[in-house]
Amino acid sequence: MTASGGRTIKVDTLARVEGEGALYIKMKGERVTDVKLKIYEPPRLFEAFLRGRHLSEAPDITARICGICPIAYQMSAVHAIERALGIRIDPAVRLLRRLFYCGEWIESHALHVYMLHAPDFLGYQDVIEMAKDHRAVVEKALRLKKIGNSIVHLLGGREIHPISAAVGGFHKVPTKHQLHALVDDLQWGLEASLETVRWTSTLQFPDFEQDYEFVALRHPDEYPFNEGRLVSNRGLDIDAAEYEDRFVELQVKHSNALHSVIRGRGSYLVGPLARFNLNFDKLPEVAQKAAMEAGLKPPVKNLFRSITVRAVELVFAFAEALRVIATYEPPAAPRVTVPDRAGVGQAITEAPRGILYHRYAVDEKGLIVTAKIIPPTSQNQRRIEDDLREYAPQLAAWPLEEATWKCEQAVRCYDPCISCATHFLKVEIDRE
Amino acid sequence: MSSESKSASSPGSKPQPKPRPRIGVFKFASCDGCQLSLLDAEDELLSVVGAVEIAYFPEATRTMLKGPYDIGLVEGSITTHHDAERIQEVRRKCKTLITIGACATAGGVQALRNWKDIDEYIRVVYASPQFISTLKLSTPIAEHVPVDFELRGCPINKYQLIELITATLAGRKPNVPTYSVCIECKRKENVCIAVARGVPCLGPVTQAGCGALCPSYDRGCYGCYGPMETPNTASLTSQFRILGQNDAQVSRAFRSFNAWAWPFRKASEECERT
Repeated sequence: MTASGGRTIKVDTLARVEGEGALYIKMKGERVTDVKLKIYEPPRLFEAFLRGRHLSEAPDITARICGICPIAYQMSAVHAIERALGIRIDPAVRLLRRLFYCGEWIESHALHVYMLHAPDFLGYQDVIEMAKDHRAVVEKALRLKKIGNSIVHLLGGREIHPISAAVGGFHKVPTKHQLHALVDDLQWGLEASLETVRWTSTLQFPDFEQDYEFVALRHPDEYPFNEGRLVSNRGLDIDAAEYEDRFVELQVKHSNALHSVIRGRGSYLVGPLARFNLNFDKLPEVAQKAAMEAGLKPPVKNLFRSITVRAVELVFAFAEALRVIATYEPPAAPRVTVPDRAGVGQAITEAPRGILYHRYAVDEKGLIVTAKIIPPTSQNQRRIEDDLREYAPQLAAWPLEEATWKCEQAVRCYDPCISCATHFLKVEIDRE
Repeated sequence: MSSESKSASSPGSKPQPKPRPRIGVFKFASCDGCQLSLLDAEDELLSVVGAVEIAYFPEATRTMLKGPYDIGLVEGSITTHHDAERIQEVRRKCKTLITIGACATAGGVQALRNWKDIDEYIRVVYASPQFISTLKLSTPIAEHVPVDFELRGCPINKYQLIELITATLAGRKPNVPTYSVCIECKRKENVCIAVARGVPCLGPVTQAGCGALCPSYDRGCYGCYGPMETPNTASLTSQFRILGQNDAQVSRAFRSFNAWAWPFRKASEECERT
């Protein structure tokens, strides 16, 4: 596959990502002439078949977009529909939803940090191979992950596609006693995630800093999950309702792809790095301190450091879960009454891998008329390609196999969830 | 390398360590959740991977070994020409082929397209529909190749998956019940929400496996595990009508994550006809 005077980095099946994708980089000397992050995951057409379904089904149906972050889909769905109907939820439900999200972040971040990403830094093909030399580390990872899952299990009934989230609240809420039973594990998890921050900070990081536009939610009082303005380090500051005015899906020349870009500016980065850089002041002290000790100070512009930032977010998620449980009083009712009435609503929530946008229009019978869903990986996709275009030249002198692995590792920094991003099919960039 | 290596103790030969059974995990149109169940089995994961060789599982490893495989776990439904060919190849490489989850066993939620105009669907989602190649129908794996066992659920139950792998390796029948969610619900001593509170519930026609989760969380079952063995959907349909559900609502109830499974499909189509 090597062209004369150049070489090709090619990964037919990207491993340790959620979903199926391929990577293709073409170089001439130190010059990158082609980058493609191909997503060959077949389209499943959710936005089409959501039409005509009742609004109460949206959290159950959209959860099925992604088995790794179903709660993100449920949360964006319920908040968008609640805005469409103009209903307000009980403050206790609001807190429980934060706890629910803590569970998903813990589960997803522990999976990614230890089982999907750490093997790259340590030179293993996978976590199974890594476990042979680092059994205690892997056992800790599994326990961390399990604690995240136990939160989701309690609030949602099961880890994957939980069944309790509903428009207006939950089908059933836990008792104080049930939540308090989690505390010992969460305290262990807080300590273990502090160790995770320290451990990841000792890994070797390639010297790769980029001038990113970071985009994340920002809330006046808290590190963001379900609410807040959408902000960036370049002055973006909008409500979810303005999202489609400021972000646009562009068609790239010679390509079938739609890329989400900021109108008039280009690619942007969503996910842990963006949240951390834009919301450092909202992290609890324990997480701030851990980050500083690990040498992380916003703005962190080295993509590869995202593994430690994820670990800092683990610290946050455990601390936040403990805070919620300490203050929790059950709501008067698990959910408020949801009327069938017409409306349009948008919501953005912070999935583990970045912002997830939903918009629904519903009719007077409560049936969905239109649905729009923009997952985080679709938003990062153009940025991933931009990074590879900048990063690949650094590897020009490396043996092909190692260079390929490094590029894969760079893609995995985004924790891409390709199952979510299917409707951004076949990315191709041709700069010649 | 595959089946022959099972009886490796010919007289006179050096005692070789018994090769571990090779497992491949293959993905078609799906959400990844069912294969994630394997990684979600936190307490069992290290023992499972100790007992088998994970030969192909891209979600978990860069190592991708060629077949044949002793067990192939297949997630997802067939929605493209390419995948219709790929499943043939996967079948040829797998001694035992197990489908996991509602997509692989019933076409999944993406089978909702099967009643609609696929071109209109693509136009709704994609700006350039001409570049999208997908089939009119989303179909289960068994419509394409012979399947040795179908594990139900959206998502599957990870304990059922471990039981199924264990049973397959031991050459015995897996203990995966085909009775209804109602049996699980009774065992949990739940008060029947359909009878006591008039909540429409698919439990009587849905296969067990989830542990009667929804009724335990104060809502009706919505059918994640698909039709039980010989379900009486007609009776449940009339019960739903008594509870005040109209045809569109009953049809939607049957038409979700296992919509294309024959008994549910028939029930939803009957509602549309009336």
